[in-house]
Amino acid sequence: MMKPARKKRLILIAIMVIGAGIATGFALKSFNDNLMYFFSTTDVVDGKAPKDALFRLGGMVIKGSVERPGDGMMVRFKLTDFSKEVTVEYTGILPDLFREGQGIVAHGKLNNQGVFIAEEVLAKHDENYMPPEVKDSLKNKPTEGKGQ
Amino acid sequence: MFLVPDVVVRFFHRMASPPHFYSFTERLMPWLVAIFVLLTAAGLYGGLYLAPADYQQGDSYRIIYIHVPSAWMSLFIYVVMAIAGAIGLIWRIKLAEIVAISSAPIGASFTFIALFTGSLWGKPMWGTWWVWDARLTSELILLFLYLGVIGLYGAIDDKRVASKAVAILALVGVVNIPVIHYSVEWWNTLHQGPTVTKMDKPSIHVSMLIPLLLMALSFKFYYLIALLQRTRLELLRRERNSQWVKTMVLENK
Repeated sequence: MMKPARKKRLILIAIMVIGAGIATGFALKSFNDNLMYFFSTTDVVDGKAPKDALFRLGGMVIKGSVERPGDGMMVRFKLTDFSKEVTVEYTGILPDLFREGQGIVAHGKLNNQGVFIAEEVLAKHDENYMPPEVKDSLKNKPTEGKGQ
Repeated sequence: MFLVPDVVVRFFHRMASPPHFYSFTERLMPWLVAIFVLLTAAGLYGGLYLAPADYQQGDSYRIIYIHVPSAWMSLFIYVVMAIAGAIGLIWRIKLAEIVAISSAPIGASFTFIALFTGSLWGKPMWGTWWVWDARLTSELILLFLYLGVIGLYGAIDDKRVASKAVAILALVGVVNIPVIHYSVEWWNTLHQGPTVTKMDKPSIHVSMLIPLLLMALSFKFYYLIALLQRTRLELLRRERNSQWVKTMVLENK
């Protein structure tokens, strides 16, 4: 059996931890939007993303959408969250992991045509790790992007 | 209070007695070191040599064998520290207080290693050393919590009072642990979602997973070794005037 003093301390500690948990829960809930590192393409199409301000846009690079319209460094591609699409233009060097079918996060803003002009592109790699042979045997689509 | 077998209760009662703990851990240490060395050798050989390169990241992904076990340890040690702190607060067991404070520098080191190796990994893969996304930020807060615990303990002269203060800080900080773990699911983050610790089967090939688990286990043993050494030292420091320490020192001469 627990002595009353110990029991009291145990209850006090439990209340303290639960209280801190609830307070943190409310705080995180109220700052939920600020804790999102990027907006999805659906947010942008629905007009939830900021106008005339820099923000981050995340999504998957649509296969076959990457094109280089000029001779320069400019690259244009489409991002999707498997619901809505946004066109992105970026001038600069892309990270090694940038490839079609991969997730990326771009930092920039929308122009008047609704095209996202990126100043920075980060690759968001997935949580899968496997040898190349396994990947080859998994894929059935011949259009799998390898490199850029 | 709980449905625990008598043998276990008796083991813990004996372990809570400083002289018994001191001599028991002395005999345990060579075994722990041997297991740690074997696990680390097997884990590194498996991870750096036997495991194949990744389909996307090539050989760069191999930093996972340090990064992920360190990140797991940073959370694990914090929970151990908070529980030991709570035991110290409730039952006033001196040894629990010492285990709590001895865990802090080890946990802080693992947190730093997780952040540092993550940064090294982020630069070539993501294209940046650091971003303020929910996962990275909450892990940085964890480092500050550890440093806060160490600082607070150092700032209070009476070490029994210091242990109580530290235990309360550690317990309040526990809310950060689920936040770190679920940050990649609750919010959009640059950091990817969980690979191993998810309900589904792990999304890592078995040849890469086994060395990862070996390294995770090896890090657990490292923690145990470092913790016991620190605990023994702190125990001697606090009990330097007690009879068992005097007897032991005299016998060893």
